[in-house]
Amino acid sequence: MAVKVLKPGLATTVQDLGRPGYYHIGIPLSGGMDRHALAAANLLVGNEAGAAVLEAVFMGPELEFTEDAIVAVTGAELPPKLDGEPRETWTSFRAKRGQILSFDFLKQGARGYIAVSGGIDVPVVLGSRSTYALGALGGFKGRKLEAGDELPIGRAVATGKEGRSVARELRGQPAGMPTELRAMPGLYWHRITEAAGNGFFSDTWKVAPEADRIGYRFKGGKPLEFVPREPPFGAGSDPSNITDACYPYGSIQVPGGTEPIVLHRDAVSGGGYFMVGTVIAADMDLIGQLQPNTPVKFVKVDMNQALVARKSRSELLGRLHSALA
Amino acid sequence: MQTRFSFGGDEHIFAEVGEAMSLEAFFKSLFITNAVRDAKIKGVTEICPANASYQVKFDPDQIKPDDLLTELKRLDSASEKSEPVIKTRIIEIPVLYNDPWTHETLMRFRERHQDPNGTDLEYAARINGLDSVDAFIKAHSSAPWFVSMVGFVAGLPFLYQMVERKRQLQAPKYLRPRTDTPKLTVGHGGCFSCIYSVRGAGGYQMFGITPMPIYDPNQNISYLRDFMCLFRPGDIVKWKPIDRAAYDAAVADVDAGRFAPVIRDVSFSLTEFNRDVDAYNSKLDGVLHGR
Repeated sequence: MAVKVLKPGLATTVQDLGRPGYYHIGIPLSGGMDRHALAAANLLVGNEAGAAVLEAVFMGPELEFTEDAIVAVTGAELPPKLDGEPRETWTSFRAKRGQILSFDFLKQGARGYIAVSGGIDVPVVLGSRSTYALGALGGFKGRKLEAGDELPIGRAVATGKEGRSVARELRGQPAGMPTELRAMPGLYWHRITEAAGNGFFSDTWKVAPEADRIGYRFKGGKPLEFVPREPPFGAGSDPSNITDACYPYGSIQVPGGTEPIVLHRDAVSGGGYFMVGTVIAADMDLIGQLQPNTPVKFVKVDMNQALVARKSRSELLGRLHSALA
Repeated sequence: MQTRFSFGGDEHIFAEVGEAMSLEAFFKSLFITNAVRDAKIKGVTEICPANASYQVKFDPDQIKPDDLLTELKRLDSASEKSEPVIKTRIIEIPVLYNDPWTHETLMRFRERHQDPNGTDLEYAARINGLDSVDAFIKAHSSAPWFVSMVGFVAGLPFLYQMVERKRQLQAPKYLRPRTDTPKLTVGHGGCFSCIYSVRGAGGYQMFGITPMPIYDPNQNISYLRDFMCLFRPGDIVKWKPIDRAAYDAAVADVDAGRFAPVIRDVSFSLTEFNRDVDAYNSKLDGVLHGR
């Protein structure tokens, strides 16, 4: 069983829940940027929640099935079509041998997750099938899909059913304008003035065009003013420089104090820019669904609020599992 | 040195051992991250030493953030009492300095450089008070370097020169980063050298290129079959300047699967090193060459 790639889309990659354990040598977690939507797509087709799927950004691929399969598309509103006939997102449907899955234009969100019963069966590398394109590692030949690729599909563990869907309140997609991203100040927060810190959380930022799996850049807020200092040996002369250090996932670095960058699943593991804080784990999925130009506000939270948000996100996933059990 | 701790969101603890880079700060971060690994703390998922800091990633569903912070602080103060000695490896890296590939690249991005009329090596020699490129190459390659961090991208080593601070080579990064750097470029930014493990963007000055692969996701290279990344934090590197003929021969050896890197086990004592840097470095050189 295989899926043939007729058109690859913009940057379609194989992703699962990622590859923990190698960040100390620069190999990031990788995996779906919207993990909740990835799990939903898998559960809809009868896979384990963490099976490998396709992550398509902004534009869907065109795929041909060589055997019958159950398929589901979740995440962004990237409307699927089977042999040209519209299908619902967040709903499982059957694709027959020889049928072609294509997509309409993106209506909302940024990343669609395409699950096929049996999962995408590329080789497991360092414990995961996820693609880390910067390191040419994992996924399908370590890269985004190209026309002519044939993706192996695993044997379905359960008999997937068509016509199952996920209720809107269980989808965990960004809601409201501007999108609120909760962040804990910290790391090198002391490098900026109090006024700059207040401005960071009160300004409305917009997603910049430079937004990918490594990180999301934001623009439109006031530049941050630094507390004066003597540059420490090894840090570099710019006030935003630090002695190269580790970067947490979700950390918010601000090179030159101008445009914040939130590191995501394919994060560079370290570098020489100071960070003002970290987006909490519960809100990382939301970033993966932001289109360029989307207005965003960073909302200041403390550890307790972050843990409450984490619990609520994990309960949402629990309810999704129950609904699709 | 008083370590500064901060939560990086709900899944990371970030610890800054020193604001400035120093061998003492690096040693302490390496030491504590080893201790954290040995302690096998439940819920800890990633342990990352860096130049003068470290980071621990954890699952707050398995360990309370404050409990982990308490444990890290305990390990931090315990480390003050321990002897700064590590068992590590010394690795020889052949380098073709002033090579045609980084030269082509640095000319292509000249308008992003501090000195548009020279090369990166000429610029670095001048600002470090050395009278020629050859003198700079000698200064770069005569003492060994510590791998003080592995990261940014897969397998990329940051290297810290093992000499007194006044002798350390320094150079700023490019004014604006390049969009291209040849794979296996030997670069330098601030007080750190690095080897670019993959082709891509970069802002470090470019001095040369090594024929010796350091990252192989397909694990075809003989010495990368056990693991795809060569370097680990704490490794010691000695550059070996080579000429074009030796470079071409090494590339042919790599392609034919018969390239054998020079790697030796060694024990390093920071106290003894600080007592007489040059004598200690020549002892390390002896280990590398079996003397």
